[in-house]
Amino acid sequence: MLRQRTHVTSRCGRVMDRRRSSEPRRQDRVTVDNNNMGLLSDPNRRRALLGLLTRLNAPICVVCYMAGVAWFMGLAFEPFTLRTYMSENAMGSTMVEERFPAGERALATGREFAAHKKKTGGMPVDWLVRTMQARGLEVFTQSFSRTLPFPDENKERYMVKGTNVYGILRAPRAPRTEALVLSAPCNPGDENNQAVGLLLGLAQYFRNQIFLAKDVIFLVNEHDLIGMQAWLEGYHHTNTTGMDWSPLQGRGGSIQAALSLELSSDIITSLDLVLEGLNGQLPNLDLANLFYAFCQKIGVLCTIQGKLQRNDWDSVSGYSHAVQTMMLMVMKQASGRPWGDHGLFLRYHIEAATIKGINSFRQYKTDATTIGRLLEGMYRKLNNLLERLHQSYFFYLMPSLSHFVSIGYYMPAFGLLAVILLLRALDLWVQLMTPPPRTEDGVIDIEQSSPGVLSVLTPLVISHLTGVALYMLPVRFQEMAVEHFPVSETEAVVLTAIAVYTAGLALPHNTHRLLAGEGTEQGWRVLKLVAVLYLAVLLGCTALINFSLGFILALTLVPVAAFVTPHVPKVLSAFILVILSPACTLLFSVFFFQELQEMPVSFQDGWVLYLSVISQGILDHVLYGSLVYPLIALLVYPCWLLFWNILFWK
Amino acid sequence: MAARRRLVSALLVFLCASSVFSGAESQEATLTGGHRAAAVDDPPTDTERAEQAAEQPAVEERRWEATEVEEATPDEAAGEKQDTSAPGTAAPSSAPQPKDDFQEELVVRPLHSGDIYASFQFRTLWETDFTRENKVSHYRLFPKSLGQVISKFSVRELHISFTQGYWRTMQWGQPFLPSPPGAELWVWFQDSVTDVDGTWKELTNVLSGIFCASLNFIDSTNTVQPSASFKPLGIGNEATDHRFLRYATLPREIVCTENLTPWKKLLPCGSKAGLAVLLKSEKLFHSSFHSQAVHIRPVCEDRQCKTTSWELRQTLNVVFDLYTSGQGKREWSLFKMFSRTLTEACPLASSSKIYIDVTDNPQGEQFELSPATALLSQAVVLGDRRTFSVYDLTQQITFGSVRSLNLLIRWKSTEGDMLRPLLHAERYVAGYGLQTGEIHTLMYNNHPYRSFPVLLLDSVPWYLRLYIHTLTVTSKGKDNKPSYIHYQPSKDRLRPHLLEMLVQLPPNSVTEVTVQFERALLKWTEYTPDPNHGFYVGSSVISSLVPSIVAMDTNSTLKRPLFSSFFPCKEESSFFVRIYTEPLLVNLPTPDFSMPYNVICLTCTVVAVGYGSLYNLLTRSFQIEEPSPGLAKRIANIIRKMRGVPPL
Repeated sequence: MLRQRTHVTSRCGRVMDRRRSSEPRRQDRVTVDNNNMGLLSDPNRRRALLGLLTRLNAPICVVCYMAGVAWFMGLAFEPFTLRTYMSENAMGSTMVEERFPAGERALATGREFAAHKKKTGGMPVDWLVRTMQARGLEVFTQSFSRTLPFPDENKERYMVKGTNVYGILRAPRAPRTEALVLSAPCNPGDENNQAVGLLLGLAQYFRNQIFLAKDVIFLVNEHDLIGMQAWLEGYHHTNTTGMDWSPLQGRGGSIQAALSLELSSDIITSLDLVLEGLNGQLPNLDLANLFYAFCQKIGVLCTIQGKLQRNDWDSVSGYSHAVQTMMLMVMKQASGRPWGDHGLFLRYHIEAATIKGINSFRQYKTDATTIGRLLEGMYRKLNNLLERLHQSYFFYLMPSLSHFVSIGYYMPAFGLLAVILLLRALDLWVQLMTPPPRTEDGVIDIEQSSPGVLSVLTPLVISHLTGVALYMLPVRFQEMAVEHFPVSETEAVVLTAIAVYTAGLALPHNTHRLLAGEGTEQGWRVLKLVAVLYLAVLLGCTALINFSLGFILALTLVPVAAFVTPHVPKVLSAFILVILSPACTLLFSVFFFQELQEMPVSFQDGWVLYLSVISQGILDHVLYGSLVYPLIALLVYPCWLLFWNILFWK
Repeated sequence: MAARRRLVSALLVFLCASSVFSGAESQEATLTGGHRAAAVDDPPTDTERAEQAAEQPAVEERRWEATEVEEATPDEAAGEKQDTSAPGTAAPSSAPQPKDDFQEELVVRPLHSGDIYASFQFRTLWETDFTRENKVSHYRLFPKSLGQVISKFSVRELHISFTQGYWRTMQWGQPFLPSPPGAELWVWFQDSVTDVDGTWKELTNVLSGIFCASLNFIDSTNTVQPSASFKPLGIGNEATDHRFLRYATLPREIVCTENLTPWKKLLPCGSKAGLAVLLKSEKLFHSSFHSQAVHIRPVCEDRQCKTTSWELRQTLNVVFDLYTSGQGKREWSLFKMFSRTLTEACPLASSSKIYIDVTDNPQGEQFELSPATALLSQAVVLGDRRTFSVYDLTQQITFGSVRSLNLLIRWKSTEGDMLRPLLHAERYVAGYGLQTGEIHTLMYNNHPYRSFPVLLLDSVPWYLRLYIHTLTVTSKGKDNKPSYIHYQPSKDRLRPHLLEMLVQLPPNSVTEVTVQFERALLKWTEYTPDPNHGFYVGSSVISSLVPSIVAMDTNSTLKRPLFSSFFPCKEESSFFVRIYTEPLLVNLPTPDFSMPYNVICLTCTVVAVGYGSLYNLLTRSFQIEEPSPGLAKRIANIIRKMRGVPPL
């Protein structure tokens, strides 16, 4: 238009018009500059793109979902993964010699410990204090007590009282600023005596060495994770879970790294490395690399998730083995519970792992001296650290001990699933923006089609209140439940949880009773738009913190979010929705996990296991501050209820 | 309020007046012990104490008798070294009395834990005036480098220590000379200095060169002016305007051979003769604890204090570990500790002695000492009356027929439990995460019935932003209000926090001082090359007058003349102790420096793509363009334009 007008003007006004005409020219230039960006700024192309996305929305979503799953499954394929390598120079290039000689003596100490444990019927505190003192350590004890919210039937404990014993080996000429921890749990029965023996043996050996630059704390904790929690809280003088503990007397400064040792037989065939900690936190990959490097050097069979590494990655069985290993890690990480005593260290930014001795019936045997040498080597390298472990990855998956998948490789799998939600949201947005019957004069009757805030807010509030009930009621109402029903406390808690969960399914009726009038077509669209975006944010944040949990939830919830509308067949959709709900996901995960561990269970056992998993989840939250239970109860479940609500929209 | 302030200042003056060197205290006590031994009215006390200590047979009695006879010599020597103008002390041979004097001594104390503690002290006294107009140019025993430092920077007192390791009070008891891990420097300047900060800066740089240490890292961000904790130890300590005091610690400083060599060079005999031949770095740094220090202060030359002289005291403390150095065998010898034996005293030294602490070993039931010496000495060290076996290196007889002295201590019993020192402190950082934290300082008073005040000095770097309103002092679960608080808030990148408190510790209690802090985010150039190692916070200093052990067990157990036991004797009733807590290692929020390239790339991409397109979408106006004319029309228009006809 402007250009046309310039042509009409007279000759004398040409200079002025040049100046004027510079405006469209500038606009042109910008368009050229942003040619690659111009997709959205050019209204025509934007329209075309939107048209494409809305028209092909369903196929694109399906393709994204398939691609996401395929990408994830591809992660375990060895050519796509990276070999592990030591990033920390202080541990990589320096050589250490392992000379620990006294494996037999350590085992004898372990037997002595077992005898004293049997005699005292618990932790032989006095004996441990004396033994550690005789080895030249500064010995301190810490007592703690904790009443569980309801009895833990797996470990048969309710009112827990115990004592931790720890000895600090002071490094010569070190100012007590840094420390390493070696811990061994004092388990009831005949378990883990060898670990305590080896711990004491290493203490004695290290005491005679001059090379230590960091204090080493040898900790024997009672009641596994509860004792560890008490000790860590005492050491850092925090109280996050309301446990009673006596303050610690001796400290060694900031703890740099920790290993927890579990060893129940004199001779082992392989060592298993456990990395998964609280809330799916993992230690720095260099710790795993260190373990692997020393296993290679000393010649000990090492496993992760109890699976040996295989060399035949190009065969189907080799690939499925890698997938199994990785899936086990994903399942364990998603559970958000500490899978060894090390798991609680990670909250305090202390890199920690558990080393488990496994005695299966293999030919290849390893004795205690070799394990001692392995630990000695690892501690000497950790002792060489000049900085905290920070060079390597904190977010990774391991399809085998020698290969890893870093966050940059696995995040696209999740991203492909998450993008479905965004596409659906875009589709809904476009649908909401374009009025269905375009009238002649193009005026949209906004008042008529726009749903009230109430119709969106009411389901949101009610579903979240149901979530709060799911979070609060089970532990609160256990006493009442025990009074009225013939069940134990633990069963009461779990069954209350399931009852509240199921009761939430009646939500649509309640919502509609509150809502005045019929829900409009636009109404469910707005609600779904909110729900889809809510789910996208929720899953995105979860995946950033705990990829596995985010991915598993996305795998089940994204299809639900994508397809559900009030117009699909009700019964079938309701069935699919229930099947893909968080509780059923957990049930399938339990069976799948057993399958992966090559310990398949019958449905009956699986159900019992499922109930115990729920109670463990609640306990983990109350005892150690695991976030999975509140996340599911307060956020994921309400979000799922919104979709359930949409399905039954009237 | 004013009354309390006065009370506090009176107490402070008392503290500083009695804050003499423990070593000096020991020597004075040696003197008094000697006098007591020589005095007529004392023998019953001694014999009774000897009786009380154990049921001694006649042999032991004879030994004590012999000691008393022998004691005359050390008595004189002690008198001589204490004040040269004391009556009855004949100068050795030369008629003109030398104005400078050098003494060396080594104290060996077998520790409770089986470890062994060796403390060297070398003292040079010089009657001169560094502050006068014409420069002192002729140096004999006093090191010239330090003399020039004193005169150039108008230093009144200088105390510097380099320590590697932490003194384990719970296992080893109190050290003779306490020092914090790393380097510590505190200096009192003369009143004549106008620009104290500038002088301090120059001084630290010069000392950095002299001692081959990183003292040049001392700047305004780690220097404080304590108002009460550090008082002059030399004469004239009544004028204590803390504007002339500077105190700094470098907890990160690592002490090694390169610091030992210049320290040894300050000795008159170097490491060629005397006790200094034992100072071989390969053994000194194969130990649990190593600390070396230099203290310069003016002292009185005579009783009336008419003339003053300068005292240079070089000390070196080392603890050898039972397990790593002693291979677990409880047997110590000079050769095993230092891989050398002694053959002579330093020829320039007026006195050269070795003291072995035999207090716990009156009859040789704890350990066996060879070669045996008949010479005994008593001293009140750190509130405890100790007995020492003395070896005088200036006497040829000490070296025996082999002409070399290799002291051997062989333990008989096994190690004991952990000690409960009367005053003991520890410190740690509580909490987790990189945003906030809490510093806890625990002070233990293990005295069964006496409470005593302590002065706590905390100097915290600015990057831990202390929330001083969260400061709490609790003992026995109750709020313990400090009677004196001096707090100087930090200024970012300029000066640290300084917190001084006078706290009364109730008997048999733990007093906990907590203060919360926030971790500052530094500028990216302010991080150290190893930011993930953490940042150090120097030790807190706790100074106190502690009721002595001697005063503690007066009441009932000891058989003493009744007239002597009612009021506890003044000079023994309490003793000055300074203890240092462990330094802290605090992690600050640290960016990932290992991938600056990635960060730059990512940031640029985000800015270019995200910001650019968003800005574009927000600011540009869109309008519908008319469809461009067809090709034929365009050609027609061009032709029309050439013809000068308006286009279609």
